[in-house]
Amino acid sequence: MSSSNRIGMSLIWSELWVLFRRWRTLAMLGAIALIPVFLALAVYWSSDTLAPGEGPPFLDRVSQNGLFVGYTSTILALPLFLPLTIGVVAGDTIAGEANQGTLRYLLISPAGRIRLLITKFIGAIAFVLAGTATLMIAGAIIGAILFPVGPVTLISGDVISVTESVWRMVLVASYTSVSMLGLIAIGMFISTLTVVPVGAMAATVVLSGVSQILDNIPQLEPIHEFLFTHYWLGFVDLLRQPADFSSFASNAILQLAYVVIFGALAYSRFATKDILS
Amino acid sequence: MSSADNYAVWTSELTKQFGGQTAVNKINLAVPKGSVFGFLGPNGSGKTTTIRMLLGLADATSGEIELLGEQMPKNSEKALPRVGALVEGPAFYPYLSGRVNLRRLDSASKTADPKTREERIDKALAKVGLMNAANKKVHKYSLGMKQRLGIANALLQERDLLVLDEPTNGLDPQGTREVRNLIRSLSSDGTTILVSSHLLSEIEQLCSHVAVMSAGQIVAQGSLPELQAQNQTYLKVITPDAEKTEKILSEFGLSPTRETKLGLETFLSEVEQGFDGDEILRKLLRSKVKIKAFAVEQASLEDRFVDLTGEGFDVVQ
Repeated sequence: MSSSNRIGMSLIWSELWVLFRRWRTLAMLGAIALIPVFLALAVYWSSDTLAPGEGPPFLDRVSQNGLFVGYTSTILALPLFLPLTIGVVAGDTIAGEANQGTLRYLLISPAGRIRLLITKFIGAIAFVLAGTATLMIAGAIIGAILFPVGPVTLISGDVISVTESVWRMVLVASYTSVSMLGLIAIGMFISTLTVVPVGAMAATVVLSGVSQILDNIPQLEPIHEFLFTHYWLGFVDLLRQPADFSSFASNAILQLAYVVIFGALAYSRFATKDILS
Repeated sequence: MSSADNYAVWTSELTKQFGGQTAVNKINLAVPKGSVFGFLGPNGSGKTTTIRMLLGLADATSGEIELLGEQMPKNSEKALPRVGALVEGPAFYPYLSGRVNLRRLDSASKTADPKTREERIDKALAKVGLMNAANKKVHKYSLGMKQRLGIANALLQERDLLVLDEPTNGLDPQGTREVRNLIRSLSSDGTTILVSSHLLSEIEQLCSHVAVMSAGQIVAQGSLPELQAQNQTYLKVITPDAEKTEKILSEFGLSPTRETKLGLETFLSEVEQGFDGDEILRKLLRSKVKIKAFAVEQASLEDRFVDLTGEGFDVVQ
């Protein structure tokens, strides 16, 4: 028995294999890739040029510099579409296996309940990374095809090189991925409560909507900074010169707190749950 | 608990309640090492709930479990790698092939060696005769094929105990016979096998030991000869001369039940074990009673099973 298997690399590889071989996963990544494609085509074909600042942030810059497609797409995907796909993956983690009956076979294998939960968490993170990377890469490709590519003018007015802007893309993708950690933990907790994966998925997506709505009610200001969606759009701070990492840090701490709390809830629920499906 | 040493599965007062309902009620199950143990009972009698507790899938409300000498669920990581199981039907990822499914479940085990994985998967697939369908997606499998794949999963590693919950479900007679042969050959290798079924006839010929469950309780348990010995012995006489026979039987102190079939009368009378019918037979013959059949026989296990668990479709609650 190899030591790597003890840690569970075998199970992690298997989890990634099963997740990314699934038609549904690939379809969701494909749909994510379509966001920048549609965005770029819409801008390309529309004759109207937007006045600076009109429409979503950066939209006015897309036609001048193709590298902005990825950033703009991230803004478009953040409120609904990205959380939707993550809700599907996170909500499916335990409930999907339970619904299929494979959960009992994984557990008597024995996978170990904590080990399985951590593996599922890692799988969901891998999906988020794939999703944000897809957004950026598809954006860069379609942007480069349709629009001029050159030095990027940031929101602070500074101009950075193309190479530097690729780094900023990686940063934005990382920021967005970190933003989704709390949602993954919430989705996984809900997933331990049910054997109906669709229910867990829907509940997770609804919670991300509720959190965003609460974040937009000024009277609830005191709780805003504790909402897991609060810093989602804060990635624009990475597009200043020099990049402002303060929201990255606040966001990371907040997401970590959600991971700890909902991870603990998911664990306490799952560790003692009767697997009757 | 030295008493548990000789047993692959041993429970003490094992109980499971769901809400107010008691699904398993203080059962003391003892599966001797090396036995083929038939776990019988009608649907809903608590067999599967018991098996779930044995395997650590469900927590017992009270009572103790030892699985291969290890406390469950506390030491499940020590016991479970030595246990192969098929619980409440097979379950797989329908969009993956049979082989990839086995790979997935094997990689979940902490003790399965990745280096020998493919070899072990091949062996298990060959044992259940699925080599030709190994690369087919499971959603294209028939129920019987899924059942075989489930058994293959249980055989992925060397096991000391196999728990097979209704292993012949969905199999045709040919498949059922193959599963029986498989169980026999595994058992001859020394593996203890706990096989549950609601059909006694499916497994009667296989088992060395049996426990019968009804409404959450074990109503009979022991080796097959032990149980056989507890079965009621009957004297049976079939004759066209009903009146004369009844008179003679009552002279011997018997009060048989009567049943008329095709103009013949069947007398059935409970007698003690080891009952000698010679004298009755001689008397009947001397009295010129025409006899179509005369026998002292023991009730079959099937009769006893029905006796213990009730007949028909009504689930006992």
